[in-house]
Amino acid sequence: MKNEQNAYILSILVENTPGVLSQVARLFSRKGYNIDSIASGTTEDPLVTRITIVIAGDEGMITHITAQLRKLLPVISVKVLSTANSVQRELVLVKVRAETREKKDEIIQTANVFRASVVDMSRETLTIAIIGDEGKAAALLDLLRDLGILEVVRTGTIAIERGRNTIYDNNKEKGEFNYGKNVL
Amino acid sequence: MKIRATQAILECLLEQGVDTIFGYPGGTILNVYDELYRYQDKLRHILTAHEQGAAHAADGYARSTGKVGVCFATSGPGATNLTTGIATAYMDSSPVVFITCNVGEKVLGKDAFQEVDITGIASPITKATYLVRDPNDIPDIIREAFAVAAMGRPGPVLIDFLKNVTALDVMVDYEYLPKTEHPFHGRLAKLKKRSGWDLKTPEPNADDVDQLVRMIGASQKPFLICGGGVVRSRAHREFLEFAQRMDAPVAITAMGGGGFPGGHPLTTGMLGMHGSRPSNIACDTCDLLIAVGCRFSDRVATVPETFAHQAKIVHIDIDRAEIDKNVQTDHHIVGDAKRVLQLLNARISQADHTEWKQFVFSHRAPPAQGTGLLTPCDIIGTIRNTAPGDSIVVTDVGQHQMWSIQYFHFDYPGQLITSGGFGTMGFGLGAAIGAKMGNPGKVVLHMTGDGCFRMNGQELATVSHYDIPIITVIFNNHTLGMVHQWQNLLYGGRFSQTDLNFAPDFVKLAEAYGIRGRRVTTRAEMEGAMHDALSCGHACVIECIIDTDETVRPMVSAGKPLTDFLLD
Amino acid sequence: MKQTISVLVENQAGVLNRITGLFSRRAFNIESLAVGVTDDKSVSRITIIVDSGNNVVEQVEKQLNKLVDVIKVRTLEEKNLIGRELIIIKVSATTKTRQDISNLCQIMGARIDDITSTSMTLELSDTPDRVDLFESLLRPFSILEVARTGVIAVQKGSGKI
Repeated sequence: MKNEQNAYILSILVENTPGVLSQVARLFSRKGYNIDSIASGTTEDPLVTRITIVIAGDEGMITHITAQLRKLLPVISVKVLSTANSVQRELVLVKVRAETREKKDEIIQTANVFRASVVDMSRETLTIAIIGDEGKAAALLDLLRDLGILEVVRTGTIAIERGRNTIYDNNKEKGEFNYGKNVL
Repeated sequence: MKIRATQAILECLLEQGVDTIFGYPGGTILNVYDELYRYQDKLRHILTAHEQGAAHAADGYARSTGKVGVCFATSGPGATNLTTGIATAYMDSSPVVFITCNVGEKVLGKDAFQEVDITGIASPITKATYLVRDPNDIPDIIREAFAVAAMGRPGPVLIDFLKNVTALDVMVDYEYLPKTEHPFHGRLAKLKKRSGWDLKTPEPNADDVDQLVRMIGASQKPFLICGGGVVRSRAHREFLEFAQRMDAPVAITAMGGGGFPGGHPLTTGMLGMHGSRPSNIACDTCDLLIAVGCRFSDRVATVPETFAHQAKIVHIDIDRAEIDKNVQTDHHIVGDAKRVLQLLNARISQADHTEWKQFVFSHRAPPAQGTGLLTPCDIIGTIRNTAPGDSIVVTDVGQHQMWSIQYFHFDYPGQLITSGGFGTMGFGLGAAIGAKMGNPGKVVLHMTGDGCFRMNGQELATVSHYDIPIITVIFNNHTLGMVHQWQNLLYGGRFSQTDLNFAPDFVKLAEAYGIRGRRVTTRAEMEGAMHDALSCGHACVIECIIDTDETVRPMVSAGKPLTDFLLD
Repeated sequence: MKQTISVLVENQAGVLNRITGLFSRRAFNIESLAVGVTDDKSVSRITIIVDSGNNVVEQVEKQLNKLVDVIKVRTLEEKNLIGRELIIIKVSATTKTRQDISNLCQIMGARIDDITSTSMTLELSDTPDRVDLFESLLRPFSILEVARTGVIAVQKGSGKI
């Protein structure tokens, strides 16, 4: 059904100009949609940025928001990915309290189980990096919480479609959007 | 060639064929105005009373001529005063390039005097905004801005120049480039390449056209909607041929006025909230609905779910984002209305739907009975009898707007200029100035109400100063008519804050600006006033006193099905 | 000059829009932006790397602090931060090149997420410089598409935002 709520991943390629992130973010806030996560990073073309947005919604809402996105001049391409057809990863940095050697050992062992790595150590703290889907990071954070988390930073999820297809693939719909955009 | 940056700005406007600029100077845009002083013989500048008036004038110029309008304003309040005008142009897809200047790079973002983030403010109401920080970008950005404004679905763009970019000692490289060459250079070439099109005009999808031809062949009760896209694309000839071949009734939206001849036997008039009975009933009973360049706004598709519920709905539009946005369609063709209709006309044969037409037009309402008082219908009837048939009609917003669209007949794109999407009160006078500047040979009629005229009525100063012969007709019912009508019908007659009895004396007000004013209360007086206005060759204000309880009929309540008439 | 700014905000629709607006107003180009919730679900942490040209971002920092939904702002010192970024990258891979790409992954500490007869999807998390290096080493194999998270950062040692 159309009203079913699902997590959708929107991959958006944009021209890297000042204000482009505002333009993209505005489309969501205008409708009162709250974004679960947003990550914006460079691509192989230095003039192009790839924005990944994770949002809960129904099919109708996603159709509407992608149509509005595709209308924006700096938007090159939009692809909707599902959790099933894509590889999704998120990077989390977490700083935990670890005043004693025993506590440090315990944290490092826990981290190893999750294939997380220690990226920094001070007398009282450890900083750990973990990559994974949401579930994996959440499980580790749960365990570390008892030991005293000082701060957590997440990148937001990024995703790439499985298989050979890419965001650059052309289709009829994409052509239709370009038609209306401006460039005859 | 090295020239001043400000010179490059104006040279780029000349490249585009710009001859008229509407605007208002101020601190940060002084350098550009200084340059304009030297270009007086090439670029005509119309100084308005308020930046909003300039914005509407540029919009009216664009709508009436089909060219791109140009408007100048300074930073801060100058720029924010444009915003209502920008949004009005955006909602009605009118191509206007707004040029503002901002404070210098050094103080940008530090709340300097008259500083505002206008590119941020204008971003949701423009196709694109540009902040120019490097003078060398001037030619590229202006060329792109004009192309973006005019191409695809037209709309406004805004260019904001930092003050240091326009400094009089800044020199830039500039080479004249004919407009036809622009798509092959700079950022435009890149944009085209990126969007995957070659440099030809893209064609509508042939399979989509085929499918529509098949659907047309299978239809017994076809119905057409002529939307604003037909007007913007100047596709009126193609649409006329299409409708005649289809032999189908045609409804015209508020924005579609002029896209199909208003007096043609196939037209059912307006559709929607104030649509005619034949329009709304045809929409409800047809088996194929083809909407061209219409976005099914909530004033047309009052209930999207039941809209044309017996029909296959086909949407022809240049903007893919409009497809399935408001109304779920069965088929669509993305493309320029003119080109799509040409392709269709070449493919379809002459149909005959006499029976269906008879059914639709049998719902025509009998003409209203005269009550002796001056009615809106009388006023417009008198104007139609006296003014040339090709007169341009510019309206404000409200009851008089609906009456104008209902009672006038529009025969060509640009003949009706109205704020349909944004519904901007105070739009009319500025837009009429723009329309007259762009069409000096035509009579321009500004239809307004007593409420609207008090918003931006100060543009009479502009009308007077440049001696622009616009005929302003005020429908004075001493109330905010459309709101009054709603209050009467839907709010138990509680007339909250709609009484305008304390309005100024409009005749004296006109005279204060040096413009002839007349007050009329009968048909005969109206006829005399129109003859005088048309023969005097100058601007004129005619105030028509009408009954406070005049209504716009028919009327369907917001959110009710199209055939659920509240007023017949 | 590049600067790394961490911002803690109330997790609400429209916050991101207001924050990015402050940067575009001054025509600062945001190079990288990453948003994720913190340990407290109602609070998000935004990491922004901005190239401000010759200007200082101090003014923007002040403006950020003024926003109702902003809880805390901190510009991290360049020499004193741990920055990490995650990249997922899809490259063309034939039977001939597959081994070379695998070797490269092993050296760089990257993982292979997905493999088809003509492509491989790889993943690496490291400092931004190392991620750049990884990307450039893969360029000869023909990159099909790239997704990067943008950089996140924490202060070295026990200091927190």
